[in-house]
Amino acid sequence: MKQLIELIAKSLVDNPDMVIVNEKDDGKTVIYELSVADDDMGKVIGKQGRIAKAMRTVVKAAAAREYKKVIVEII
Amino acid sequence: MAKVIEVSGRGIEEAKQNALRDLGLPESRVSFEILEEPSKGFFGIIGNKGAKIRASVKEIAPEEKAYDFLEKIFAAMNMDVTINKKESEYGCIFDLNSDQDMGIMIGKHGQTLDALQYLTNMAANKGADENRKHIILDVEDYRSRREDTLKHLAWRIADKVRASKRKMSLEPMNRHERKIIHMALQEEADVITYSDGEEPHRKVVIDIKRSK
Repeated sequence: MKQLIELIAKSLVDNPDMVIVNEKDDGKTVIYELSVADDDMGKVIGKQGRIAKAMRTVVKAAAAREYKKVIVEII
Repeated sequence: MAKVIEVSGRGIEEAKQNALRDLGLPESRVSFEILEEPSKGFFGIIGNKGAKIRASVKEIAPEEKAYDFLEKIFAAMNMDVTINKKESEYGCIFDLNSDQDMGIMIGKHGQTLDALQYLTNMAANKGADENRKHIILDVEDYRSRREDTLKHLAWRIADKVRASKRKMSLEPMNRHERKIIHMALQEEADVITYSDGEEPHRKVVIDIKRSK
Protein backbone atom coordinates (compact mmCIF):
# COMPACT_ATOMS: atom_id res chain seq x y z
CA MET A 1 0.00 0.00 0.00
CA LYS A 2 2.87 2.29 0.90
CA GLN A 3 4.38 1.50 -2.48
CA LEU A 4 1.12 2.39 -4.24
CA ILE A 5 0.85 5.78 -2.52
CA GLU A 6 4.49 6.55 -3.28
CA LEU A 7 3.99 5.57 -6.89
CA ILE A 8 0.93 7.78 -7.39
CA ALA A 9 2.54 10.75 -5.64
CA LYS A 10 5.81 10.40 -7.56
CA SER A 11 3.95 10.34 -10.86
CA LEU A 12 2.28 13.66 -10.06
CA VAL A 13 5.04 15.80 -8.58
CA ASP A 14 8.04 17.60 -10.05
CA ASN A 15 10.36 16.42 -7.28
CA PRO A 16 9.83 12.66 -6.95
CA ASP A 17 12.89 12.35 -4.70
CA MET A 18 11.12 14.41 -2.05
CA VAL A 19 8.13 12.06 -1.77
CA ILE A 20 8.04 10.35 1.61
CA VAL A 21 5.34 8.02 2.93
CA ASN A 22 5.25 7.06 6.60
CA GLU A 23 3.19 4.16 7.81
CA LYS A 24 1.47 4.16 11.21
CA ASP A 25 -0.49 1.11 12.23
CA ASP A 26 -2.84 1.41 15.19
CA GLY A 27 -4.25 -2.08 14.92
CA LYS A 28 -7.51 -1.52 13.05
CA THR A 29 -6.50 1.28 10.76
CA VAL A 30 -3.29 2.04 8.95
CA ILE A 31 -2.48 5.71 8.56
CA TYR A 32 -0.22 6.76 5.72
CA GLU A 33 1.39 10.15 6.03
CA LEU A 34 2.41 11.53 2.68
CA SER A 35 4.83 14.40 2.47
CA VAL A 36 6.11 16.10 -0.67
CA ALA A 37 8.21 19.15 -1.50
CA ASP A 38 6.48 22.44 -0.62
CA ASP A 39 6.23 23.39 -4.29
CA ASP A 40 4.49 20.12 -5.04
CA MET A 41 1.74 20.42 -2.42
CA GLY A 42 -0.73 21.64 -5.03
CA LYS A 43 0.10 18.72 -7.27
CA VAL A 44 -1.03 16.12 -4.72
CA ILE A 45 -3.98 18.12 -3.38
CA GLY A 46 -5.40 19.73 -6.51
CA LYS A 47 -8.19 22.25 -6.92
CA GLN A 48 -10.63 21.80 -4.05
CA GLY A 49 -8.71 18.70 -3.03
CA ARG A 50 -9.72 16.84 -6.15
CA ILE A 51 -6.41 15.01 -6.61
CA ALA A 52 -6.17 14.12 -2.91
CA LYS A 53 -9.71 12.79 -3.03
CA ALA A 54 -9.02 10.67 -6.13
CA MET A 55 -5.85 9.33 -4.52
CA ARG A 56 -7.77 8.35 -1.36
CA THR A 57 -10.49 6.66 -3.42
CA VAL A 58 -7.98 4.52 -5.31
CA VAL A 59 -5.98 3.66 -2.18
CA LYS A 60 -9.17 2.72 -0.30
CA ALA A 61 -10.19 0.39 -3.13
CA ALA A 62 -6.78 -1.26 -3.07
CA ALA A 63 -6.97 -1.62 0.71
CA ALA A 64 -10.46 -3.10 0.52
CA ARG A 65 -9.02 -5.99 -1.47
CA GLU A 66 -6.88 -6.77 1.55
CA TYR A 67 -9.74 -6.09 3.99
CA LYS A 68 -7.85 -3.19 5.51
CA LYS A 69 -8.93 0.27 6.54
CA VAL A 70 -6.57 3.02 5.54
CA ILE A 71 -6.31 6.75 5.91
CA VAL A 72 -4.08 8.90 3.72
CA GLU A 73 -2.96 12.16 5.28
CA ILE A 74 -1.01 14.81 3.49
CA ILE A 75 1.38 16.59 5.80
CA MET B 1 9.66 21.88 -24.38
CA ALA B 2 12.25 19.18 -24.92
CA LYS B 3 15.54 19.81 -23.19
CA VAL B 4 18.54 20.07 -25.49
CA ILE B 5 22.16 20.36 -24.46
CA GLU B 6 25.46 20.49 -26.34
CA VAL B 7 28.29 18.46 -24.90
CA SER B 8 31.85 17.73 -25.89
CA GLY B 9 34.23 14.91 -25.13
CA ARG B 10 37.44 13.40 -26.45
CA GLY B 11 35.48 10.92 -28.53
CA ILE B 12 31.83 10.56 -29.50
CA GLU B 13 31.20 7.85 -26.93
CA GLU B 14 32.68 9.98 -24.17
CA ALA B 15 30.56 12.96 -25.21
CA LYS B 16 27.44 10.77 -25.10
CA GLN B 17 28.28 9.51 -21.63
CA ASN B 18 28.88 13.09 -20.46
CA ALA B 19 25.50 14.12 -21.85
CA LEU B 20 23.68 11.25 -20.14
CA ARG B 21 25.39 12.07 -16.87
CA ASP B 22 24.46 15.76 -17.14
CA LEU B 23 20.86 14.94 -17.99
CA GLY B 24 20.65 12.12 -15.49
CA LEU B 25 18.76 9.92 -17.93
CA PRO B 26 19.22 6.48 -19.48
CA GLU B 27 20.31 6.24 -23.12
CA SER B 28 16.83 5.16 -24.26
CA ARG B 29 15.43 8.57 -23.31
CA VAL B 30 17.93 10.67 -25.25
CA SER B 31 18.67 11.16 -28.93
CA PHE B 32 22.03 12.35 -30.22
CA GLU B 33 23.20 14.38 -33.14
CA ILE B 34 26.88 14.69 -33.96
CA LEU B 35 27.98 18.29 -34.44
CA GLU B 36 31.74 17.80 -34.73
CA GLU B 37 33.57 14.55 -35.38
CA PRO B 38 36.76 14.19 -33.40
CA SER B 39 39.86 14.56 -35.55
CA LYS B 40 43.25 13.16 -34.77
CA GLY B 41 45.16 15.93 -36.51
CA PHE B 42 48.63 15.34 -37.94
CA PHE B 43 50.73 12.75 -36.15
CA GLY B 44 48.11 12.66 -33.44
CA ILE B 45 49.48 15.83 -31.86
CA ILE B 46 48.78 18.88 -33.92
CA GLY B 47 45.20 20.03 -34.28
CA ASN B 48 43.78 17.43 -31.93
CA LYS B 49 40.07 18.15 -31.74
CA GLY B 50 37.40 16.59 -29.54
CA ALA B 51 33.90 15.52 -30.47
CA LYS B 52 30.87 17.71 -30.01
CA ILE B 53 27.34 16.38 -29.91
CA ARG B 54 23.84 17.67 -29.33
CA ALA B 55 21.75 15.61 -26.95
CA SER B 56 17.94 16.01 -26.93
CA VAL B 57 15.62 14.52 -24.37
CA LYS B 58 12.96 12.46 -26.10
CA GLU B 59 9.43 13.44 -25.22
CA ILE B 60 7.31 10.62 -23.92
CA ALA B 61 3.81 10.60 -25.37
CA PRO B 62 1.01 10.95 -22.77
CA GLU B 63 -0.44 7.57 -23.82
CA GLU B 64 2.89 5.93 -23.12
CA LYS B 65 3.12 7.58 -19.71
CA ALA B 66 -0.46 6.56 -18.94
CA TYR B 67 0.24 2.95 -19.90
CA ASP B 68 3.36 2.89 -17.78
CA PHE B 69 1.53 4.49 -14.84
CA LEU B 70 -1.30 1.94 -14.95
CA GLU B 71 1.04 -1.02 -15.26
CA LYS B 72 2.91 0.10 -12.17
CA ILE B 73 -0.31 0.79 -10.25
CA PHE B 74 -1.66 -2.71 -10.87
CA ALA B 75 1.71 -4.25 -10.03
CA ALA B 76 1.69 -2.36 -6.72
CA MET B 77 -1.84 -3.65 -6.08
CA ASN B 78 -0.81 -7.23 -6.97
CA MET B 79 -3.41 -7.31 -9.70
CA ASP B 80 -2.97 -9.07 -12.99
CA VAL B 81 -4.57 -6.69 -15.46
CA THR B 82 -4.36 -6.59 -19.25
CA ILE B 83 -4.53 -3.11 -20.73
CA ASN B 84 -5.97 -2.75 -24.22
CA LYS B 85 -5.48 0.57 -25.92
CA LYS B 86 -8.12 1.87 -28.34
CA GLU B 87 -8.48 5.23 -30.04
CA SER B 88 -11.89 6.88 -30.06
CA GLU B 89 -13.36 10.25 -30.96
CA TYR B 90 -13.31 11.26 -27.27
CA GLY B 91 -9.69 10.36 -26.66
CA CYS B 92 -7.59 7.35 -25.96
CA ILE B 93 -9.45 4.50 -24.26
CA PHE B 94 -7.63 2.01 -22.06
CA ASP B 95 -9.84 -0.99 -21.48
CA LEU B 96 -8.79 -2.97 -18.43
CA ASN B 97 -9.42 -6.71 -18.25
CA SER B 98 -8.53 -9.25 -15.63
CA ASP B 99 -9.41 -12.74 -14.43
CA GLN B 100 -9.65 -11.24 -10.96
CA ASP B 101 -12.73 -9.38 -9.76
CA MET B 102 -12.54 -5.91 -11.25
CA GLY B 103 -15.67 -4.69 -9.44
CA ILE B 104 -13.47 -3.13 -6.81
CA MET B 105 -11.68 -1.10 -9.49
CA ILE B 106 -15.00 0.29 -10.70
CA GLY B 107 -16.42 1.19 -7.29
CA LYS B 108 -19.88 2.54 -6.59
CA HIS B 109 -21.23 4.01 -9.82
CA GLY B 110 -17.72 4.02 -11.24
CA GLN B 111 -16.27 6.28 -8.51
CA THR B 112 -13.02 4.34 -8.22
CA LEU B 113 -12.63 4.06 -11.98
CA ASP B 114 -13.21 7.82 -12.33
CA ALA B 115 -10.66 8.54 -9.60
CA LEU B 116 -8.06 6.33 -11.25
CA GLN B 117 -8.87 7.90 -14.62
CA TYR B 118 -8.36 11.36 -13.17
CA LEU B 119 -5.00 10.42 -11.64
CA THR B 120 -3.93 8.74 -14.89
CA ASN B 121 -4.69 11.92 -16.82
CA MET B 122 -2.75 14.03 -14.32
CA ALA B 123 0.25 11.70 -14.51
CA ALA B 124 0.11 11.30 -18.30
CA ASN B 125 -0.19 15.00 -19.09
CA LYS B 126 2.23 16.24 -16.44
CA GLY B 127 4.44 18.92 -17.92
CA ALA B 128 2.76 18.71 -21.34
CA ASP B 129 1.54 22.13 -22.46
CA GLU B 130 0.56 21.09 -25.93
CA ASN B 131 -0.04 17.51 -27.03
CA ARG B 132 -2.27 16.90 -24.04
CA LYS B 133 -4.27 13.75 -24.44
CA HIS B 134 -7.50 12.77 -22.75
CA ILE B 135 -7.28 9.25 -21.40
CA ILE B 136 -10.46 7.29 -20.72
CA LEU B 137 -10.37 4.21 -18.54
CA ASP B 138 -12.89 1.45 -18.92
CA VAL B 139 -13.25 -1.93 -17.27
CA GLU B 140 -14.74 -4.73 -19.32
CA ASP B 141 -16.93 -2.24 -21.22
CA TYR B 142 -18.39 -0.91 -17.96
CA ARG B 143 -18.82 2.57 -19.41
CA SER B 144 -21.00 1.58 -22.35
CA ARG B 145 -23.08 -0.67 -20.09
CA ARG B 146 -23.47 2.20 -17.63
CA GLU B 147 -24.54 4.48 -20.46
CA ASP B 148 -27.33 2.03 -21.39
CA THR B 149 -28.42 1.80 -17.75
CA LEU B 150 -28.57 5.58 -17.45
CA LYS B 151 -30.57 5.98 -20.67
CA HIS B 152 -33.12 3.42 -19.52
CA LEU B 153 -33.28 5.10 -16.12
CA ALA B 154 -33.94 8.44 -17.83
CA TRP B 155 -36.79 7.04 -19.94
CA ARG B 156 -38.33 5.24 -16.96
CA ILE B 157 -38.25 8.31 -14.72
CA ALA B 158 -39.61 10.47 -17.54
CA ASP B 159 -42.61 8.12 -17.74
CA LYS B 160 -43.15 8.47 -13.99
CA VAL B 161 -42.98 12.25 -14.27
CA ARG B 162 -45.55 12.18 -17.06
CA ALA B 163 -47.87 9.99 -15.02
CA SER B 164 -47.59 11.95 -11.79
CA LYS B 165 -47.09 15.40 -13.34
CA ARG B 166 -44.51 16.07 -10.64
CA LYS B 167 -40.82 16.73 -11.10
CA MET B 168 -38.35 14.10 -9.91
CA SER B 169 -34.67 14.40 -9.19
CA LEU B 170 -32.19 11.62 -9.80
CA GLU B 171 -29.33 10.73 -7.49
CA PRO B 172 -26.13 12.80 -7.71
CA MET B 173 -24.06 12.08 -10.79
CA ASN B 174 -20.91 13.43 -12.32
CA ARG B 175 -20.89 15.76 -15.30
CA HIS B 176 -20.43 12.99 -17.82
CA GLU B 177 -23.32 10.91 -16.49
CA ARG B 178 -25.65 13.92 -16.23
CA LYS B 179 -24.94 14.66 -19.87
CA ILE B 180 -26.06 11.15 -20.84
CA ILE B 181 -29.41 11.77 -19.07
CA HIS B 182 -29.90 15.20 -20.68
CA MET B 183 -29.09 13.76 -24.11
CA ALA B 184 -31.43 10.80 -23.65
CA LEU B 185 -34.41 13.09 -23.03
CA GLN B 186 -33.43 15.91 -25.35
CA GLU B 187 -35.85 14.81 -28.07
CA GLU B 188 -38.83 14.39 -25.76
CA ALA B 189 -41.38 17.13 -26.36
CA ASP B 190 -43.22 16.98 -23.05
CA VAL B 191 -40.42 16.78 -20.45
CA ILE B 192 -37.46 19.00 -19.64
CA THR B 193 -34.26 18.24 -17.78
CA TYR B 194 -31.90 20.50 -15.85
CA SER B 195 -29.17 20.10 -13.25
CA ASP B 196 -29.54 21.34 -9.72
CA GLY B 197 -27.27 21.58 -6.67
CA GLU B 198 -23.56 21.96 -6.15
CA GLU B 199 -20.86 19.48 -7.08
CA PRO B 200 -20.36 16.75 -6.01
CA HIS B 201 -24.08 16.51 -5.16
CA ARG B 202 -25.32 18.00 -8.40
CA LYS B 203 -28.23 16.03 -9.80
CA VAL B 204 -30.50 15.97 -12.80
CA VAL B 205 -34.13 17.01 -12.36
CA ILE B 206 -36.76 15.80 -14.80
CA ASP B 207 -39.94 17.88 -15.01
CA ILE B 208 -43.03 18.24 -17.19
CA LYS B 209 -42.68 20.94 -19.80
CA ARG B 210 -45.33 23.44 -18.84
CA SER B 211 -46.63 25.95 -21.33
CA LYS B 212 -46.37 29.46 -20.01
